[in-house]
Amino acid sequence: MKAKFLVPLALFVLLAGFLAYGLTLNPREVPSPLVDKPAPAFSLARLDQPDQRLDLEQMRGKVWLLNVWASWCVACRQEHPFLVELSRRDIVPIIGLNYKEVRGDGEIDARGMALDAETALAVQRARGWLQAHGDPYTWSVLDIDGRVGIDYGVYGVPETFLIDRNGVIRYKHIGPIHDAVFRDVLLPKIEELTRAG
Amino acid sequence: MPVEFRTGAWLRPLRGLAVVVSLLVSGVAIAESVPGPNAQSAMPAAEDAALEARVKAFAYNLRCLVCQNETIADSRAPLALDLREQVREQFAAGKSESEVRDFMVSRYGDFVLYSPPLKASTLVLWFGPALLLVAGGAWLAYRLRSRQREQAPQLSDEERERARALLKGSQPNSEESRT
Repeated sequence: MKAKFLVPLALFVLLAGFLAYGLTLNPREVPSPLVDKPAPAFSLARLDQPDQRLDLEQMRGKVWLLNVWASWCVACRQEHPFLVELSRRDIVPIIGLNYKEVRGDGEIDARGMALDAETALAVQRARGWLQAHGDPYTWSVLDIDGRVGIDYGVYGVPETFLIDRNGVIRYKHIGPIHDAVFRDVLLPKIEELTRAG
Repeated sequence: MPVEFRTGAWLRPLRGLAVVVSLLVSGVAIAESVPGPNAQSAMPAAEDAALEARVKAFAYNLRCLVCQNETIADSRAPLALDLREQVREQFAAGKSESEVRDFMVSRYGDFVLYSPPLKASTLVLWFGPALLLVAGGAWLAYRLRSRQREQAPQLSDEERERARALLKGSQPNSEESRT
């Protein structure tokens, strides 16, 4: 009876607790249903040799990163020095998925552009960007129309997938990778998957 | 594997509204799709108004991942355009609405659906408010009943006599009178 006045207080504390927890969550990070599922198959033209294709199957047996990037993506520029540094450490191969290089750039009107011309422009732009900022990728592939991006549930650039030897997606990072997230999250997973061999 | 039930029977009137709205909107879209210098060639002209209406109506149920409070029918984000194009192509290829819904959910998760599916992890979401209402109603009923009990005091004959005297305005007992 005497403690009755505590009831609203307790309710308030409970509600405040929920709200405080909510503040720590990032609504932009939508958990991917693809984690622990087989990576969607793709076969895309390579940036270094557009007449050759890279298939998902070619990566079987390796633990690797699939990094979604584009030259128009500002956050990629922020992430890029870390990727270049990571590629020098020779820990994990990085495959670049160049996402909608031309038509994703808000400053280019790609409507009505023939696919050949768009591909040529994409190659030129992407190569130029990698020459300027360094190329951390074992290979980059061209997702001109963003369809492979949709298959991977990409909704922003950059995004990075960790894929295991059997071609199963093990982790998805949304936004730029930086030192801390690599050391604390990705590296332990990579080591574990490599050991699991 | 969580069991999914068909949900949203009571949302059906809303869905009807969405269809009406989308028909209106697509009417405007058709009016605008007359080829002109600004016609978008990236998006095939609406050859089939019925298909277009279906795409629109369906797109109102999907959330845009980029601008999270908009449907992919409303959003102008490039991803929303791409996803609308996917819906259009798959409908044109004869896929059913549930097949296209599965396609979206398998890539973007339940988040892409505006009406969340009923499964173990969303039970609180679906039934929490009703439970709170029932609990509140039960608490209110309990309070009202116990108050009623308190408000019907049993008076002895003596107390009743005293009360009557007080109401008349005279002091029944000399020992309580003022000095």
